[in-house]
Amino acid sequence: MMHLNKALLLVAVLGLAACNNPNRYGHGGADGYGANGANGAGGISSAGLGDASNPRSIAYFNQAVGNTVHFLVDQSTLTPEAQQILLTQSQWLNQNREYAILIEGNSDERGTREYNIALGARRAQAVQEFLSAHGVAANRMRTISYGKERPIATCDDESCWSQNRRAVTVLSQGQS
Amino acid sequence: MTFSRPLAIALALALAGPVAVSAPQAQAAPLKLELTQGVIEPMPYALPGFIAGNAAAAKPAADITQVIADDLSGTGLFRQIPASAFISKVTSFDAPIQYADWKAINAQALITGAVSVQGDKVVVKFRLFDVFSGQPLGEGLQFAGPLSSWRRMGHKVADAVYSRITGEGGYFDSRVVYVQETGPKAQRQMRIGMMDYDGANNTYLTDNKSIVLAPRFSKDGRSIIYVSYVSGFPHIYLMDLATLQSRRLDDTSGTMTFAPRFSPDGSRAVYSLETGGNTDLYVMDLSTGTSTRLTNSPSIDTAPSFSPDGSKIVFESDRSGEQQIYVMPASGGEAQRISFGAGRYATPVWSPRGDLIAFTKQNDGRFYIGVMKTDGSEERLLTASFLDEGPTWAPNGRVIMFTREAPGGDTLPQLYTVDISGRNLKRVPTDGGASDASWGPLLP
Repeated sequence: MMHLNKALLLVAVLGLAACNNPNRYGHGGADGYGANGANGAGGISSAGLGDASNPRSIAYFNQAVGNTVHFLVDQSTLTPEAQQILLTQSQWLNQNREYAILIEGNSDERGTREYNIALGARRAQAVQEFLSAHGVAANRMRTISYGKERPIATCDDESCWSQNRRAVTVLSQGQS
Repeated sequence: MTFSRPLAIALALALAGPVAVSAPQAQAAPLKLELTQGVIEPMPYALPGFIAGNAAAAKPAADITQVIADDLSGTGLFRQIPASAFISKVTSFDAPIQYADWKAINAQALITGAVSVQGDKVVVKFRLFDVFSGQPLGEGLQFAGPLSSWRRMGHKVADAVYSRITGEGGYFDSRVVYVQETGPKAQRQMRIGMMDYDGANNTYLTDNKSIVLAPRFSKDGRSIIYVSYVSGFPHIYLMDLATLQSRRLDDTSGTMTFAPRFSPDGSRAVYSLETGGNTDLYVMDLSTGTSTRLTNSPSIDTAPSFSPDGSKIVFESDRSGEQQIYVMPASGGEAQRISFGAGRYATPVWSPRGDLIAFTKQNDGRFYIGVMKTDGSEERLLTASFLDEGPTWAPNGRVIMFTREAPGGDTLPQLYTVDISGRNLKRVPTDGGASDASWGPLLP
């Protein structure tokens, strides 16, 4: 399971490397964009990522558990792969209850701006509902959508768009 | 910025005599460009440099003349005759017009003017002549104001000329608010900009520390409503353009609000509110802050826009399974689907004339800007590209501005205009990338 996720993550990173993606390590908060890419306080505390070798660290969650799930075009239904990752997320989050959770929904760029905000919100909600159904306390979680405004991979084809249709589980210490 | 009341210079408006017109059916009628026919051959006009009343006026006179020429020729409806072709010289604003000399070079319209500058004040006067009937078209007009507003003086003259010849309202003396975009796509920085319709006099209304989206003018042009992520989450804000002070309009945490637009009278805002993953439309009374829910469906209802009489709202919804355009009463209630062509329809915007709805269409990997009648009939696509979206209407309902993004990974979006005939596609010059424009009213 864990090995499978690592392998998937490696594939994903290789995939990213093929695209013009200066923000590959996006959600770390070290790029001056804040933990969520939104810039601007918003009650989202930033947290040290810790060492990925520490299985209770955010870095471990991001890398070993996997903080991102992907969606099909114009869909917010969780794919079997997404459900597998979220199941692992829920187990980890239930064991590490000190983290607050912000679920960021995103879309690809092949749609209109307003609709994509709403679509990203649907995706974030789908993740929240799954985690909630698997025991993660609702009061630890918040959702946000960036619509199509925060792609992580930028090129003109499906190889990038498929990476941008995503929901990212972003952890921070304390209240969300 | 205000202007003194235009001073009317008494000139008889005589409309007799046969003239040649560029419209398909030339007939005994005054100079007139019939826009409904679709204009293919631009009307030739002569615009001798406006006469400088004093030395201080020399440069403003030349600059204002250029603004008028850029406005008129920029419509694609008029063609400026080069000064090198002129037979007559206009040396005095009040000298009699040698119509034969202008007729000989096939000028259908002649615009003369004069500019004088006293300190920081500028006075611009002009006259428009129908060359083939040998008559002035309308009375002469004079505009006075601060010298810093010289571009507006030019726009005012061009609006008057455009309006007299076409019979339609003008649109040159107007502003646009938009989202300026800089930096790579994955770390895009955004701020709200405001500029003249032609890209001049650009200023920024917000900083670029937060995502900002969807700035929309009120009909009186005094305020904008927009989306900002400054709180960490997207919410709608109202900004007074005189003070640049903003206030957040909604205070329900755990929700997102976006896609705002004013009602025509400016008293209300319609917008999308997302809660629990579902997005519905609400309307807020801006004086009391009270919101009323307008739609209640398990679908994405967004991009609302009022009809100019305030009685209806057009919006997009995916309640049928994909984005389509619907019209409902402004108080909510049953919505009627009006888009039925192939593909998805989004971002409907009601024309200020009330006759058309502009939209974004997405089909087979291409994006289009189009217009349809308010019942959905007579759909016409005006543009097509890799990514076109977000139409906004010129105040006279003749021109649409929209966002276009070229393929190429990290490209920046740009603003374009297109005539509702589908002709005259042009990029609006902006500083960096620009998107999501809202075209404001004609200035007073």
